[in-house]
Amino acid sequence: MENSNHYDVIILGGGPAGLTAAIYLSRARLKTLLLTDGTPGGQMTLTHEIANYPGIEKINGYMLGSVMKKQAASFGAVVKGNTEIISFAFEGATKSVTTADGQTYTSDAVILAPGGRSRTLGVPGEDTFKGRGISYCATCDGDFFTGKEIVVVGGGNSALEEAVSLTKYATKVTVVHQFDHFQAFQYAVDEAKANPKISFVMSSTIASFYGDEKLEGVTIKNLDTGEETDFSTDGVFIFIGYVPNTEWLKGVVNINERGEIIAGADMSTNLAGVYAAGDANAKRYRQVTTAVADGTIAAMAAADYLHSLKRR
Amino acid sequence: MLYTNLNHVESAAQLEKIISENENVMVCCGRMGPMCIPVYDIMEELEKVYTHVKFFDMEFDNPEAQIIRNAPLTRGFMGLPYTVYYKNGEMVKATTSIQSMPQVKAILDSEFGQPTA
Repeated sequence: MENSNHYDVIILGGGPAGLTAAIYLSRARLKTLLLTDGTPGGQMTLTHEIANYPGIEKINGYMLGSVMKKQAASFGAVVKGNTEIISFAFEGATKSVTTADGQTYTSDAVILAPGGRSRTLGVPGEDTFKGRGISYCATCDGDFFTGKEIVVVGGGNSALEEAVSLTKYATKVTVVHQFDHFQAFQYAVDEAKANPKISFVMSSTIASFYGDEKLEGVTIKNLDTGEETDFSTDGVFIFIGYVPNTEWLKGVVNINERGEIIAGADMSTNLAGVYAAGDANAKRYRQVTTAVADGTIAAMAAADYLHSLKRR
Repeated sequence: MLYTNLNHVESAAQLEKIISENENVMVCCGRMGPMCIPVYDIMEELEKVYTHVKFFDMEFDNPEAQIIRNAPLTRGFMGLPYTVYYKNGEMVKATTSIQSMPQVKAILDSEFGQPTA
């Protein structure tokens, strides 16, 4: 098909999985389009410092994403950020994607790399006080809370590591966690417990946020007794994990009960010519390195699929 | 220093001049941080479409940015970036923390009108 809007592969998602797939495919001289609804780099851009990406001692997440984007573009991939997809069709030999600007793109293969987003509590007041005391980024907003008392919600590595880092600013950090134990690695638990500025409220969750012009407090609910207590605080940082951005894919490809895409070892989905890679896939570990690996595999499998089509 | 392709506002006086000379102005006041960068990227995209709006950024830690940090509409803000919108020299809207493309477009459309063609 000779059409300027026809590509060999369309990649949906611009995190490390999508960008890696774009690098591999475009370097293989396959006509590649990457569409993402946000900034290329995905959730990696929210990471202040990445210190465990092999070959690079330390790098800002935005910079790593920016280099990956440049690398993909240098091989000929077309990368379009902040692009809203309004319709798509992945069944059949030719796949199509229509964007909000009225453009329709077609391809012979698709790689889904939609990634995930920060999970929110979804309780009253959360939207109202976002940016007015509620934050999801310690490195961005930590210094607004210098000399103040704050709450950190969550019990994983991010929550406990950020709780420790926020003690640089806050006079007191109260960690509220829904279970009676932490999911974080032991080193993070030990470091948080050893910090005299940090205290813990276990088996509890935030039932609501209250305040006037800005956040003034939270209602903490004890999940064992049901008792609710008002707790004055200047700020709340929420680190309760991620949810996959797959709502739009329900009924399109196979998705499990957690909303994760079910893909094979070669990243293939249940649809011919449709592959999935990155944090939205059903898997245990989610790191930049695992997303990069997924993106590599998906790209190579998609390239094999395209070659098999040509051999027919 | 903000490493964006937007035009930068360096001083309060410069901002006063910009909003007195342009009917519709959007300014994102932030750092090169994870919540701010996506908003700069959105502005760079929209700059090509909303030609009746002038887009700028301003460094949050520049002391001159107090003109935005201490504005009545940004009172109570505790999340970067502070994004402000001026109509005929008056700040008419302000948001705090990261914003999505649809959120920014909704404000631009309601405050400044949709782009023509």
